Order: sequence, then structure tokens, then C-alpha cells
Amino acid sequence: MTTDVGNGAAPGGEVRKLDRVVIRFAGDSGDGMQLTGDRFTSEAAAFGNDLATLPNFPAEIRAPQGTLPGVSSFQLHFADYDILTPGDRPDVLVAMNPAALKANIGDLPKGGMLIVNTDEFTKRNLVKVGYDANPLEDTSLEAYQVHKVAMATLTIGALENTGLGKKDAERAKNMFALGLLSWMYHRPTEGTERFLREKFAKKPDIAEANVLAFRAGWNYGETTESFAVTYEVAPAKLNQGTYRQITGNTALAYGIVAAGRQSGLPIVLGTYPITPASDILHELSKHKNFGITTLQAEDEIAGIGAALGASYGGALGVTSTSGPGIALKSETIGLAVMTELPLVVIDVQRGGPSTGLPTKTEQADLLQAMFGRNGESPVPIVAPQSPADCFDAALDAVRIALEYRTPVLLLSDGAIANGSEPWLIPDVADLPDLTVEFATEPNGPDGTFWPYLRDPETLARPWAVPGTPGLQHRIGGLEKADGNGNISYDPANHDHMVRLRQRKIDGIRVPDVVVDDPSGTAKVLVVGWGSSYGPIGAAARRVRKLGLPVAHAHLRHLNPFPKNLGEVLSRYERVVVPEMNLGQLALLLRAEYLVDAISYTKVQGLPFKAEELQDVLAEVIKGVSE
Amino acid sequence: MTATDLGLPGLGGLDGVPTALEPQKAKDYKSDQEVRWCPGCGDYVVLNAVQSFLPTLGLKRENIVFVSGIGCSSRFPYYMNTYGMHSIHGRAPAIATGLAVARPDLSVWVVTGDGDALSIGGNHLIHTLRRNVNLKILLFNNRIYGLTKGQYSPTSEEGKITKSTPLGSLDHPFNPVSLALGAEASFVGRAVDSDRAGLTEVLRQAAEHRGSALVEIYQNCPIFNDGAFDVLKDADEAARRIINVVDGQPITFGNGEYAVVRDGFGLGVAKASEVAASDVVVHDASDLNLAFALSRLSTQDLEHTVTGVFRNVARTTYDDAARAQVEAAKSAKAADLESLLRGKDTWTVV
Repeated sequence: MTTDVGNGAAPGGEVRKLDRVVIRFAGDSGDGMQLTGDRFTSEAAAFGNDLATLPNFPAEIRAPQGTLPGVSSFQLHFADYDILTPGDRPDVLVAMNPAALKANIGDLPKGGMLIVNTDEFTKRNLVKVGYDANPLEDTSLEAYQVHKVAMATLTIGALENTGLGKKDAERAKNMFALGLLSWMYHRPTEGTERFLREKFAKKPDIAEANVLAFRAGWNYGETTESFAVTYEVAPAKLNQGTYRQITGNTALAYGIVAAGRQSGLPIVLGTYPITPASDILHELSKHKNFGITTLQAEDEIAGIGAALGASYGGALGVTSTSGPGIALKSETIGLAVMTELPLVVIDVQRGGPSTGLPTKTEQADLLQAMFGRNGESPVPIVAPQSPADCFDAALDAVRIALEYRTPVLLLSDGAIANGSEPWLIPDVADLPDLTVEFATEPNGPDGTFWPYLRDPETLARPWAVPGTPGLQHRIGGLEKADGNGNISYDPANHDHMVRLRQRKIDGIRVPDVVVDDPSGTAKVLVVGWGSSYGPIGAAARRVRKLGLPVAHAHLRHLNPFPKNLGEVLSRYERVVVPEMNLGQLALLLRAEYLVDAISYTKVQGLPFKAEELQDVLAEVIKGVSE
Repeated sequence: MTATDLGLPGLGGLDGVPTALEPQKAKDYKSDQEVRWCPGCGDYVVLNAVQSFLPTLGLKRENIVFVSGIGCSSRFPYYMNTYGMHSIHGRAPAIATGLAVARPDLSVWVVTGDGDALSIGGNHLIHTLRRNVNLKILLFNNRIYGLTKGQYSPTSEEGKITKSTPLGSLDHPFNPVSLALGAEASFVGRAVDSDRAGLTEVLRQAAEHRGSALVEIYQNCPIFNDGAFDVLKDADEAARRIINVVDGQPITFGNGEYAVVRDGFGLGVAKASEVAASDVVVHDASDLNLAFALSRLSTQDLEHTVTGVFRNVARTTYDDAARAQVEAAKSAKAADLESLLRGKDTWTVV
């Protein structure tokens, strides 16, 4: 059915209660869809819903206007209970132009609501994306509840008296859309108005125009008859505490800031801009008051070099990048392995290989992190499972780096880097103690200093920073003699040192993996890592509702694996490993534990859908039961 | 964005580095490691010169760090009884940058070669010079790859016959001094390994300079490129080839027989007796155009070789500025982690 816009009086005001809704805003890259989505997210957060978001945008800053490659979208899932994913499919699609409609309509389920900005459906724009006829005028959209709204015209009309030119006025149409959706879902509006006034503080006329457009969208919903029903999604019953909304990159940067405070060390971020990791550089650059130095180097190699040099000097060196940058940093990671200095290497994974899909997500750098260096070069790997979890994962990576004097790879990915969710703000007093002691005294025979004499428990070597009297020593990439650290080409020593470095990493303390199996009767275990936590968790809930028990274990530590992992794997008849790569964790699990893991993989640059994983799990569980 | 005047005071290169209580000797700077360069290598001479020179600075040894890349010269840190890191090929300037930014109380030296600094590490070298990080970069130029046993380098002459170029090399070489000046270096000097006094004088000025100091040292490789600089070591030849420049002094050489004069937009060499004294160029280490013109007098065939300090100007260093920004941020705003984590928009579930 379609509803034409009329000019009727206020609607009857039926309010329908929903437990969850997925909205997708889609438009041209220049239409401000990310901002619109962000604002709706903040409104949902302020209202107390649980939420999860999935921004999806092209690598080009402004692809040609109105084309399919230029479509940018933002999906938001909000609910009155704890949700795990941004949602498989939208319940509501807002399409600002024909390209956005064409690119996204396939995801809208039959009966779903479609709100279209009719002003952009000109013949020229339709032809640009390959529509022979206007889909708003034929029967092609009859399976949906279509609301045709001339958003640009209405926005320009609302701003008529502001003195703003047509072009500037028209640019506020995304706020019109936001206002309309805010009305439809009974969202609070004060936050958005305040945000707009702050964002455009230096251009008050633009700020006012956006506020007016936002209100015009709201009033349009309230005063026209086209929308008979509005919806309410009650606040979620989350655990007690104070929450905020946070993206993965922000949470990760905050984790680094917190680690600086908890370790008492100054932080030096040496880095080079790269999508989707640059926001970590941007965020940390704002917090120099915490003793953080950010150094935008000439290239990826210099970024990690400066970080390692700072660590050598007794600071906490951090570098941030994505997969292609890891390729360039590999040699320096090897030097950090050899010199046994603390270093945190952040990889916000994106689609690969090569330049790949810069703005899309993937989990295909696991084996690069694990093995992507010359020689036997073991490096611990930590992976956050959700946007908010990036905070804890960063602290954990720093703990390992400092305690074991080793580079640590922190594997985030594009989905959690840009996605957001509510975060239960931690009590600063509860953050872990990360203090570390520098060497101050000679430790070798005759008052000498042996830089490679190890702590018997952790196997970490002393961290003796320049400026410490009497401990002058030389380190480098050449093989070291065990203990005194002199250059050594002795065959037995090299064999010993290679095994020693491996043993140090293998012995890193990591918590046991926890299995989620509410029924306690599952015969199938699904194992995941990183950002697939949400879809796997949601899929597990769904199959359990169907009466099919399933256990879920999610790995934060990929190297070393938790000590109980082998035992956990052996308890189940089948182990399923969904990954956004071609089976990299499955390969490691098979090699390490001889487990005949079923690898389910997908590399489309987007997170798994709970629905597809539900089908995969159900099939395996049924196979076991029969 | 507007530029911020950080208002940094004029500091010397070693300000902030603690000084030693006791006088030091060269042997204090010798480590317990056996020096393993080939017999006759020019690196020995430079090592001795540095070990004799450092005591004159009177710094605490533990506050001196040598960072090197890969190559023969990059073994240098092992032989110094200071802190040191023998890093990876070409990356020493990057690593030293992080160290210098983190630690204003250190005197940081980079030891590198023509392959390490100008080939694989060219990018880091130019950006370090541009940023003006307080590092002293000693570039040992022997015009050959020694550690990999004799391939041509970015400073080898065109047509060089090596193992990798049996028919002659095709590459046009870099002039390291011209390159450094083009990269906005605030200090550039050159010395010949065998000239202990000249080398020591350039090192002294480099150490006192706050900012990046690039010192090119012509260094003989007796195994793979022996005699590359012999013409500069023969007294008669050296007299008519080596032009040692001193800030504020007229540029004459060959015991006053020759002088440097203006020639179009550049410089030329003339018999001193054939030009007026007022036509003899007076060296000014703050004049970039003069420094560049001087660098172009040095030809690959060593017909003329300018030594001494080409350029020496004060410019805010990257590491001082980076620390000043952090300090300014600290004074402007308390580091309140709790408030940072809370942000602006929160909600409470009871």
C-alpha cells in the first residue's frame, strides 16, 4: 500500500509499543546520513534504549552525486532489552534519493516501512542509477508501506524566512528526516537541538536552520495524516549504572588514555593516517593533557619506529593502523620481539588484500598478526568483541605489553571501530594497576648489567631505560646471547633463544574462556572471536528459542589461547567457527587442538546477520541430534 | 587552524642533559665488545674520534644514546659504552625521533651509512631533518654497500662496476649535503674520516646545535671501494681540492692560493691572486642559498670538496615543540579521567 501525503489535521494518535526497531538512513555521501544516524543514536541512548549501530559508507569522500557508489547509510538497532547486533534488516528504510533506494531496498522485508524523499526522484537521477521508470509511480514498491515526502521542498519552505539561500536550506533536509523519525518514535529532542547549536556555534544562522528543519520534520509527522501510527520502544532494563554511547575507536583510545594513568607512563602514539583507524589518532590528539604525545609520522614504518623508540626511553609506545599498515610495520614488530620492549600495535581490520575495501569490515588479519613476520616471531594477540569492549581490550593489551615486555597486537575491526553501543562507564577506582618497575641496579656478575636476564615467572627481561647509571647496554635486532645479551651466532644459543621467546609468549596469563550454555545440554559449540560476538550471540539466542541447545565461547585472546580451550573444545560433538575470513581461527584451532572444526565463512565486508548464523547453527545441531 | 607560537627559549643542543661529576677519558667510552670492522676500515678512525670527543662534552655517559640502522657503520653502538640500539635498515632516525621526543634529558646520536640513510631510509632522513628533531646524525659515506659485500650505493659514481652492476651502474648519485639542505635541515656539515681535527670541530658544533644535525663523513671502505677518497688524503691534491669553510671567514683554500667567488647564481673557484679580496665569498652559515651553492661545488669526482659546517641556524625543534604542547595542555586542563570517560551525555539505570 502507498500513502500519499495530504494536508490533514493531527492524526488520531495510535501508539504502538514495540520491543525493538531497526532503522536505516540511506542517502548520498553528501547528505549527512552518518550525522543523522549518530544523532538518532544519541536520542535512543538518552532515552535509555539498548542499541547497536552499523555505519556503512564508501571509501570515496564524495563519489559522484546520486550514484550507487556514492550511497552512504547508517543502521541503528534500538530495543527495550539487551541486544547484540545492529540488526539484520531494517524495519524502516529512509531513502534520500533513487540511488539509496536501489542500493538498500533489497534489505527491507516485505511490509517494511519506506520513507522516500521524492524531490530527488527526477528523470535524470533515475536514469543515473538505471531505473527505467519511477518506482514511486509504478507497482514495484507495493509490498512496502511507502511514505512519499518531499523533504527538500518542505525543508526549503520551512526555512523560507531565514534568509538562507535555497542551496543551503536544502542541505538541512537530513535534519528534517531526523525530526520526522524522532516524532514517529517519541524520541527526546533537546539533545539534538543542543548538539546542533554547539556544532554550528560559529555559524548561528546554519545552526538555527538545522534546528528549524529538525522541528519541521517533527511537526510534519504530527500535523499530517500520512502517519497514522507512532511507536514506542521502552527503555531497556540494563544492569544498574551510568551509561553513555560509545564507538569502538573512541573506547579504544580511552583505554589507552586510562592505561597511561594506570601505568604512570607517558604515552607516545606514533602513527600514520589510515582508514578505519585514523579516529584513534584524532581522539588521542585531543587528550595531551593526560601526558599523551601523538606523532603523525611520514609513514607507517616511522610511526611504529617512533613508538618503539619511545618505549625504549621508558614511555608506553603505541601505534595504530589497519592491515596494509601492519604489512609495513612487520619488520619493526620483529625488532620489538627481539629487543623485548613493550609496544601496543593496534590493527583496525578492513577488507583486504592490498587496499581492499577500506571502509568495510573483515577479520582476515588474524594470521598476519600471528605469523606475518620473518623468523619465529611470536606476538600476543588480543581482540575486542564489541565497541564498548575496546576499552577493556586496550587495557588488557597494555597489561601484557608491560608485564611481558613484548609487542602486542590489538585486533579491532571496521564494524566495531565505527559502530556504537551503550557503555556502562567503569569506576576509575576499579581499573587495573598497570605499574611497572624499571631496572635500577646491576644484576650480572661483578656488578655488570645483563639486559637479557629474565624474571623467572614471566620470563620478561629487565626494562633498563637510558639515563639509568651503571646499566649502559646495547640492544638490537641481532641474536642475543642468553643472559648477557651480547651478539651471539652460537647455534645452540639461537635454538635456545627462539624457544625461550616462544615460551615467554605461550606462558602469558590469560583468563579461561567462558562458555555460555544456559541449558547445559548443548552438544554443539560455536566459537568466535572479535566483532562476530554480536551476531553469533544473537544467533545462539534464536536457536535456543527454537529448542535447540547451543554453547557459545568467544575468544578475546588469540595468542596464547586460554589454557582451558582444549578441554572446552573436547566437550562438544561439533565445533562451529564462523569468521569474516576464509577460516583463519578454524585453521589455528585445528592445528593446535586437532579438532574437526566446521568453518563457516563470509567476506562481504559486512558483519554476519544473526539470521544466517541461526540457520547454520540449527542445521549442525539437528545433524547431531538425529 | 592557526599556528601557535610556542615561545620556546633559545636552547643549546645539550641543554637538559645532565653533566658528569668526574672528568672523562676516551677509554670510558669504549665498551667491552671487540671491534669487528675490517682492518683498515675508516670506521675505526671515526670511532676513535667520537670516543675522544665525547669526554669533552662532559655529559653523563648514561644519558648518551647511539641508535643505528643496518650496515657496517651501524655496528657502531656496540662499541660505545653508552646506551645503544642497533635497529633495522634505514629506520634509525624514526626510532631516535620517538626516543628524543620522550626523553629531553638524552643526547641522541644516529649512526648511519649511505645505503642506510639515503636508500632504504631516505624517507625517514628527510622528514627527520624537516621536523628538526634534536638528533645528531652521522652519515658514514663510503659510496658502497659493504656489509652485503660490494654493491653500488646511492652515492656511487655513475657507471660503477660492482657485483650487481658488472656493466656499470646506471643511477645518478645523491649529493647528501644538497639533499639535506633541500630537506630543510637546520645544520649540515661534512668531514673526511682521516681529518681528526676537522671531524672533531664539526662534531662539536653539531652537538651544540639544538635540532637535527646531519654530518656527512667521507669514510674509506678498504675492501669494496678502497681509495675512494684518496685524492683528499694526498697533501698536494687535498690542498687544491678541499675547501674548508668557517662561519664568518672568507672562503680560501690551498694555503690561500684559491678562493671561492660568485659565479652567476652559484659559486666558482678562482686563483686568489686574480680576484679582488672583496670578491672572495665570506661564509655565512645562516645563508641557505650560499650553503646550497657550496654543496654544488662538491663534485662526485672530488675535484672540489667542501668541508666544515655548511649551515647552522636556530629553528624550533620538533621534540621541544611536542613537549611544550603536552605541557601547555596539562596546564590548561586537568587530566580528569573520570570526567573524560563520562563525556557529555549519560543516562543512569537504577
